[in-house]
Amino acid sequence: MLAALRCVIHRDLLLAARRMSDVLTVLLFFVIVVSLFPLGIGPDPALLRTIAPGVVWVAALLASMLALNRMFASDHADGTLEQMLLGATPLGMTVAAKVFAHWLISGLPLVLISPVLALQFDLPQELIGVLAISLALGTPVLSLIGAIGAALTLGLRGGGALLSLLVLPLYVPVLIIGAGAAEAAASGLGGQAQILLLGGLLVFAAVFAPWAAAVALRISVE
Amino acid sequence: MSINWFKYSSPQTFFPLAEKLALWFGALALVACGVGLYIGFFVAPTDAQQGEAYRIIFIHVPAAWMSMFLYLVMAFWAGLGLAFNTRLSGMMASAIAPTGALFTFVALWTGSLWGKPTWGTWWVWDARLTSELILLFLYFGFMALQAAIDDARRADKAGAVLALVGVVNIPIIYFSVKWWNTLHQGASVSLAKAPTMAATMFTGMIVMALGFWFYSIAAALMRARCIMLERERSSDWAVEYVKRSA
Amino acid sequence: MSWGSWENFLAMGGYAFYVWGSYLVTLGLILAEVVLLAMRKRTALGRLRARGTTGQGER
Repeated sequence: MLAALRCVIHRDLLLAARRMSDVLTVLLFFVIVVSLFPLGIGPDPALLRTIAPGVVWVAALLASMLALNRMFASDHADGTLEQMLLGATPLGMTVAAKVFAHWLISGLPLVLISPVLALQFDLPQELIGVLAISLALGTPVLSLIGAIGAALTLGLRGGGALLSLLVLPLYVPVLIIGAGAAEAAASGLGGQAQILLLGGLLVFAAVFAPWAAAVALRISVE
Repeated sequence: MSINWFKYSSPQTFFPLAEKLALWFGALALVACGVGLYIGFFVAPTDAQQGEAYRIIFIHVPAAWMSMFLYLVMAFWAGLGLAFNTRLSGMMASAIAPTGALFTFVALWTGSLWGKPTWGTWWVWDARLTSELILLFLYFGFMALQAAIDDARRADKAGAVLALVGVVNIPIIYFSVKWWNTLHQGASVSLAKAPTMAATMFTGMIVMALGFWFYSIAAALMRARCIMLERERSSDWAVEYVKRSA
Repeated sequence: MSWGSWENFLAMGGYAFYVWGSYLVTLGLILAEVVLLAMRKRTALGRLRARGTTGQGER
């Protein structure tokens, strides 16, 4: 079974590598959105330092939501998805593998570039670390929850906007806890509680989201 | 003599029952709300701190209770429909959603109008109000998803998955918002605390809650009837009903 | 609880806007829901009548 999962991940990564522009657009969206906030609010360094974790997190939320449509749509279009439904590998595991690949493509780059963006907001070094860790734990959760939404809205008109409406309310706890980590660290309380909570959320989502997404996929495809 | 527990689980048998039940519950709702409003305006005394403004509580709290309760009931029926593949359960879930969204909006609207005179702002990022707002989005998401799917069965099942995921998330959302609220103590204030409950105030609230509950049942049943008429167009009982009501 | 006069009742101790704003909007929404439901039922029945005469078994 592991071989099948490795195959799924490899395929998704290969397909993404062939369409690098898709990957890069999401990353660029993230960077641009983060840059928009100072333009809209004003360059006051103290203010920017305060809002930085929240801004980066909201931008990461929106960017990772942009990429969600792609998770199942192209496989659905060329029939691979039905093969996966019929295959021997449990659908939940296949979905988990696809979510992992999706995170590698659209989540991990956000995590890696976040320190650079945090510097734009003059965030102190320790906080940059906390922010990056919170994103590293949080973006997989976003991909996992997003997978459920992507599976439910597969092939529907209203696509992206409908998906956002479904998924953003479910993202709220992740946002609160994730952004809260760096904010707590900034106020001296330390972000450990939030980081641990994020870890807990990740485990919970990793166990249940693939299964829920699999159920949703069967509903959407049949 | 054995009881047929599933006698009313088909649209055909449930359709006439729903009408009778809806009329009864509608009448009960009028009575309960009448009594509740009487208690709220003519029995409950003026509050020492908030004056007459606190009387909004007789709508705000029952509406908030209903908004959450209805979501649970909706998720219950949706889950039942998903598990046992029963048409009627899915229809019931779809029937409840708009009423639930209505009460959520009412809770938000009255909460805002209550906050303005007591705390000076139209909106406070209080844990409960914020969670209510997210609950409204959850309701809208459910309704939007079902509206976007043409096939009724797929719409029922997809909505069910969404509702169940939402139900699991509601406690998580509530606690994370509550935590967020306490962490940012300085920036936000808690919504006007309910006045230390005189017994009359509490009774009024409970009776209004009952009234809203009965109303929700009546509205949901009437909507379920509409859904049955829309979906079961080609079935014999529907055609018969139309002939008889012509 | 005695209000003393009709004016006092309507004034709600100065909070008339907020209290009546809440109650009236709620009543309005509930009435709107009932009316919309009645209209929906009428439309559904109308469609059924139109189809019933042409034949059943179609979705």
